[in-house]
Amino acid sequence: MTSDWPAERRAIIRDATGVGIAVAAYGVVFGAQGVATGLSLAQTMTLSLLMFTGASQFALVGVVGAGGTVVAAALTALMLGARNALYGLRMAPLLGVTGAKRLLAAQWTIDESTAMALAREDHTNERAVRTAFWATGGSVYVFWNLSTLLGGLGAKALGDPRTLGLDAVIPAAFLALLWPRIRGREPWAIAVLSAAVAVLLTPVLRPGLPVLATALVAIIAGMWARNTLAPLASAPIHPEESVHDEGDATPRGGSA
Amino acid sequence: MWPLVLIASVGCYALKLAGHSVSPRVLDRPRVRRIAALLPLALLAALVAVQTFGSGQTLVVDARLPGVVAAAVALVLRAPFLVVVAVAGVVAAGLRYAGLAA
Repeated sequence: MTSDWPAERRAIIRDATGVGIAVAAYGVVFGAQGVATGLSLAQTMTLSLLMFTGASQFALVGVVGAGGTVVAAALTALMLGARNALYGLRMAPLLGVTGAKRLLAAQWTIDESTAMALAREDHTNERAVRTAFWATGGSVYVFWNLSTLLGGLGAKALGDPRTLGLDAVIPAAFLALLWPRIRGREPWAIAVLSAAVAVLLTPVLRPGLPVLATALVAIIAGMWARNTLAPLASAPIHPEESVHDEGDATPRGGSA
Repeated sequence: MWPLVLIASVGCYALKLAGHSVSPRVLDRPRVRRIAALLPLALLAALVAVQTFGSGQTLVVDARLPGVVAAAVALVLRAPFLVVVAVAGVVAAGLRYAGLAA
């Protein structure tokens, strides 16, 4: 379908670089927060280099900072990191890599790389999916670690991140990643329900866990929708879409 | 602190690798495919909400909310990613600087 692959490839790499730069905004915050919480710079950097999954890293540092136990901090990070296993499950058949490349692909399987890759799953060839995954994973890895280092080094020099509005940048970035996924009634309903569940659980659960709990929303919706969505699926707006049994996956029709 | 950092990091990597190691046939089940597709949707929506309103275990409405609303407007207007996040930061920082929001 796509006639101009070099142009699309450039667009993908440009987008991937943009995501990396955006991620750096809170990499700085993470680095500063890690060191401010009492981790050494080496420990903070180890989290970014080795754990490399932002929500888990923030959660670990947050639980430690809030006086949580070591076990609670580790479990929170692991439970948040569990979604990456599902991303891997989804990405592995699309990437088709083995050996050392698979080990690297696993490390780079995060929200951003998966979202950017799947956003191209439905409207173009697998080259675009793979390029988006590797470019975004690599870009985020480099920018995330550089910015963590920067934040850790500047932990004391950096003032309150709120003054810079960085705390609003984080949800805005998540919203931008969410946006292409919420085309249609069911994705909207699931998104709104998940947001509501997470907000309601925030006062009663440890930081990090309300987000994890919303995985249940996805699981229940996925189990239940098979029957109830049948009538909707049988009357698609565009007939060619009926071949997809998961039109909610990442329906970004064209590049914005 | 090092045991926590290393064990949690290796554990998170093991989870990623597990996803890449499971038989692809697992995904052939429609329910698993649907759930795998819906999970990021639910978690990203939850992250938006918690990062907008959460402060530890308390809920607050502060300059982040108008920042995120401005980002949503930018998304509706099909602004690129960098503009979206920049708008959120500028609006939040601006409202705080002007003393209009916490």
